[in-house]
Amino acid sequence: MLKVKNLHVNIGDKEILKGVDLEFAPNKVYALMGQNGSGKSTLAQALMGHPQYLVTSGSVVFGGKNLLELDPTSRGREGIFLSFQYPSEIPGVTISSFLRMIYNKSHNTNMTPVNFRKLLKEKMEMLDIKEDFMNRYLNDGFSGGEKKRMEMLQMLVLEPKLAILDETDSGLDIDALNIVAKAVNSLKDQTKMTVLIITHYTRILEHIVPDEVLVMQDGQIVKKGGKELAHELEAKGYAEYAPVVNG
Amino acid sequence: MGKKLNDIHSDKKKSTIEVNANYENTYGFNVKSTPVFKAQKGLNEDIVAQISDMKHEPVWMKEFRLRAYKTFLEKPMPTWGGDLSKIDFNNIFYYLKPSNKEEKTWDDVPSEIKETFDRLGIPQAEKEYLAGVKAQFDSEVVYGTLQAELQEQGVIFLGTDDALKKYPHFFEEYFGKIIPPTDNKFAALNSAVWSGGSFVYIPKGVHLKRPLQAYFRINAENMGQFERTLIIVDEGAYAHYVEGCTAPVYSADSLHSAVVEVIVKPGARFRYTTIQNWSNDVYNLVTKRARVEKDGIMEWIDGNLGSRLTMKYPSCFLVGERAHGEVLSIAYAGKGQHQDAGAKMIHIAPNTTSTIISKSVSVHGGRTSYRGKVQVIPAAKNAKSRVECDALILDEDSRSDTYPTMVINEPGANIEHEATVSKIGEEKLFYLMSRGLTEAEAMSLIVSGFIEPIVKELPLEYSLELNRLIELEMEGSVG
Repeated sequence: MLKVKNLHVNIGDKEILKGVDLEFAPNKVYALMGQNGSGKSTLAQALMGHPQYLVTSGSVVFGGKNLLELDPTSRGREGIFLSFQYPSEIPGVTISSFLRMIYNKSHNTNMTPVNFRKLLKEKMEMLDIKEDFMNRYLNDGFSGGEKKRMEMLQMLVLEPKLAILDETDSGLDIDALNIVAKAVNSLKDQTKMTVLIITHYTRILEHIVPDEVLVMQDGQIVKKGGKELAHELEAKGYAEYAPVVNG
Repeated sequence: MGKKLNDIHSDKKKSTIEVNANYENTYGFNVKSTPVFKAQKGLNEDIVAQISDMKHEPVWMKEFRLRAYKTFLEKPMPTWGGDLSKIDFNNIFYYLKPSNKEEKTWDDVPSEIKETFDRLGIPQAEKEYLAGVKAQFDSEVVYGTLQAELQEQGVIFLGTDDALKKYPHFFEEYFGKIIPPTDNKFAALNSAVWSGGSFVYIPKGVHLKRPLQAYFRINAENMGQFERTLIIVDEGAYAHYVEGCTAPVYSADSLHSAVVEVIVKPGARFRYTTIQNWSNDVYNLVTKRARVEKDGIMEWIDGNLGSRLTMKYPSCFLVGERAHGEVLSIAYAGKGQHQDAGAKMIHIAPNTTSTIISKSVSVHGGRTSYRGKVQVIPAAKNAKSRVECDALILDEDSRSDTYPTMVINEPGANIEHEATVSKIGEEKLFYLMSRGLTEAEAMSLIVSGFIEPIVKELPLEYSLELNRLIELEMEGSVG
């Protein structure tokens, strides 16, 4: 469903991704691990089409389409979802009206506010979000954990084909992590979506079990393996994958 | 190769919709009217006297007009605020009477005027939820109805000219007392040539559940519009007055200079809501002031879109103990527009409180300025005031300034002032676009959210209209 070939990405003049190759299949879970600054979030942002992340070479094909020709709007409509590490706050825009707007656009429908609230209530219950959140402004004054749950709520509403969870687990306590994991697993079972989990910790991988673990170092995927690779990394660290210093 | 957002969008055909650029289609019709009387362009004592004579006014009003005209001549043009140098006072009609008399029923309204109102949707709005309608066509009120409900409660809601004839005592007592002609050059001009506007009297203890609505529009080239509104809210009464304006497109500059005087008696509460959306050539120079007595509450809700230059600072003189004044304002400036708007709160009595919340949006080289004054005189013990002004600037060419003045002569006063300036960040746009919204949808969502605290105070049809207008603007903003 997603095929990334030799992807190079710059931020300004600095090359961050130096030739990334990936191939994702439907209904699978991939875990992307690696040290801070290795390029994990850059990959996520580049796949979503952030204007500051310039693709200098390589190709990305998603569902048969050349993703690099699409703006973020179209990528979102094609079914890519990014759970942001630091979601923006949008004061004055209520969650219920925002979510109805993106639901109607992504599903190409025009659900009434009353019917949408019913649908939303169900999804909020799944994430253990209190009903009165519907009337709050999007992410406005939310705690880190609340923002993460709001990202997951958007995912449940949009029902993407590929969900990229960029450190969604950080800032969540054990109970919240359980709830989020359940929601992701249930959506995956229901819609056969593919999940890319970007994380530093194996904890989330206990709940959303990866089919493949990828290790990123210095802008490249340096190792692939099964879920046991995650435990290995946790035990030994990333020293083995330290960047090779030339000369 | 990767593409930046901007590159992707630049592939699309560039189009720009400026504030009111869609007027011609939306509101910019100009139904031919055949005025019964049209004064000559320009102004002199004879024309001022002629206006008064045409209206068969009492002698004192004629003298008031003539004195005001002298004051107008004596007062220099304001040198602060916006650029007024292009106003040509000699190229304006100061009085235009569209038909002989004020109409009593809808059937009596001339068909071409009806056509204009139909296109503005006024009759429908009336059917649905208007308590009473005052619609101003050119300089005079030609149509007004008062529903039985209002009459039974003793509420007076009339065109100002008519009210002067029927209720002269109110005018002798209050007219020109809150805003004397000497207040400023444009208040003097209005006092000399005023025509039309609304008169409202809410008797003691009467609570109006539905808002009083007035619609008016400029509909003649070079037509100055000088309506004069006087509102008296008697003790313990409560009312909400709503006015909205649209204007057709004309190439020549047009001047709109209204005066609104409000008296809020002890324990009364009054809200005055205005949404103005003048076409790009209009100078909108309005003086609005309320005197708020003991335990009274005055709220100005003021939305300024369109116009070439708006200078408007609704004021509250808090003269009675515990009086409260509030101004909530939105300004939206597009290409070639300057919105110089704000508020004045004058604390004269102890324990008076005031709030000013001002939100402005500027785009395509538009300019917004917040200009405000909070004054606390020594006798106003424990006065409290809070000022919050937030500006949103949508592109590099646009501008926003803040000119707050605080004159606090009472050490116990509690004054807060907060100002923020923000730009629509790339991160916010990217975040919203990643959810499948277009750039224009994302921008209009951010702008709507920004002004939401004020929009939610508007009657429903206005908030819908305003949000729709913003959507149109944003579609035009994204090249």
